Amino acid sequence: MALGPRATQAMREAYIHRMGLDRSLFEQLWRFFARLAVGDLGTDIWSGRSVATLVGAALPYTVALAVTGLGWAVLLGIGFGCLAAGPRRWLDRGVALVSIAFIAVPPFLVAIYCLLVFSVWLHWFPAIGAGEPGDLASEAHALVLPSLAVGLGWIGYIARLVRASLLEVLQEKHIETARAFGLPERVILFRYALPIAVIPAISVIGVGFGALLSGSVFAEIVFARPGIGRLVYQAILERNYPVASGAIVVTAALYAGAMLLTDLAIAVLDPRSRAAL
Amino acid sequence: MPRFSAPLRFLQRIAADPAGLFGLVVAVLFTIVALLSNEISPYDPAHIAVIHRLEGPSRAHLLGTDQLGRDTLSRILVGSRTALGVSVVSILLAATIGAPLGLLAGYGPRWFGTVLLLLLDIVNSLPMIMFALALLVLVGPGFWTVVGVIAFFSVPGYARLIRAQTLSLGQSGFILAARAMGAGLGRILFVHLLPNAMGALLVVVTMDIPSVIGLEAGLSFLGIGIQPPTPSWGSILNDGFSFIRNTPDLVIFAGLPLVATTIGFTFLGERLRQILQPKAAP
Repeated sequence: MALGPRATQAMREAYIHRMGLDRSLFEQLWRFFARLAVGDLGTDIWSGRSVATLVGAALPYTVALAVTGLGWAVLLGIGFGCLAAGPRRWLDRGVALVSIAFIAVPPFLVAIYCLLVFSVWLHWFPAIGAGEPGDLASEAHALVLPSLAVGLGWIGYIARLVRASLLEVLQEKHIETARAFGLPERVILFRYALPIAVIPAISVIGVGFGALLSGSVFAEIVFARPGIGRLVYQAILERNYPVASGAIVVTAALYAGAMLLTDLAIAVLDPRSRAAL
Repeated sequence: MPRFSAPLRFLQRIAADPAGLFGLVVAVLFTIVALLSNEISPYDPAHIAVIHRLEGPSRAHLLGTDQLGRDTLSRILVGSRTALGVSVVSILLAATIGAPLGLLAGYGPRWFGTVLLLLLDIVNSLPMIMFALALLVLVGPGFWTVVGVIAFFSVPGYARLIRAQTLSLGQSGFILAARAMGAGLGRILFVHLLPNAMGALLVVVTMDIPSVIGLEAGLSFLGIGIQPPTPSWGSILNDGFSFIRNTPDLVIFAGLPLVATTIGFTFLGERLRQILQPKAAP
């Protein structure tokens, strides 16, 4: 199939042997995992390059995208959460509606609308690509819109979580004590309440990293950025299975790594959970 | 009319909140439009008239035309039918598979529950979009593949929900009473437990509709969802995306109903949660 309609029987047999398709399924699987263990992800069927090189080239773009997206989500999410937990009712109501809207709208649509408004109409940001390689300012400039599109839903999630847990924390005794000592509200919020209130939000980030990677598929396609999501998308459409499976294995490893990082972060922030580790 | 007053009062309570009212209006409008789309759309959504390609809004074509001269309004209207069809069928499928599994996991033998939870965790940890991509290419895209993929990834949510409900209800007095009266497992599960889990199920279904609609549109946008000539909001967006620089109308008009329905159903779900599960509401 990969050789085109004019392939001879001999070419076909040679190809099948090279790909190892003449071995049993079990043996193929075993060889895949055995090579995986030494870091060999196989070779691209079409170009003959090693999959590890392709994935390695795409990985930094996707990680940058996901981390920046999370950055937006954490910054704006915590900010919105604090606003909503404040004394003003209308602000609470407004933030609640906006966060639900952020969560509801599909990320690829957000990406398209961002592209339309900020790139096509306003020309503030480039519409395609990841900026000039090596030029940090241009790369950061090209990262703004895609990362916002990726992180928008998470702004909503985190805002709601932070609001709920902040309201709970503010009822507690140590906050009451701080108030009794006459500390200013600002100090109480940032020094005593917020560090406790963000813990549930952080644990959600780890679980949500997978969804964030899925979202990056769309952002990478809409903004024509290089990255893992685009690599997998194209590999699957071209039926380039070694590339697709290699990239998916790396994604799974990333996901597991993110889970581990969040567990460690929680252990640092919340001494109570250290006993469970 | 005491028989009618209860549902009516329920609707009134939903509409008492502006966001709930918005959600209710969107949900009703979306359903009516989707059901009547073939009757109310001004043109045949698949009628090609290349002379009129990529026209802006005019009196003849209220929302303009696409790159093949097809009427955008008609395509969006009929696209709502696709969105409704995919969400209803895949959610029904996921709920009919997930609910019995959840009931058994919560009330049946313990080993079954443990094994099931493990399987559900595995499904949950698969990178969904990538898995969907692979499956759609292998099986071939189409309505049933899209429904199958979405249902497959929605089953864990329903099974977990019903399991949690079953666990919390399983120890309550009326279940013990039913057991003491010698009711069988099937009777306890379907006559006593399931109806009591319905409120929570309704909330989750309402909240699930926007994500299913978004997912279908996303897959169709990537070209691996609903295939032409059947119009879908996602494929209209894909068509429009190719011409975003010169004729953004297509993208704008096809995106707005998607924004409205996803936000509307989510608001409705939030409101239902406030009413049906006051304790769980944040």
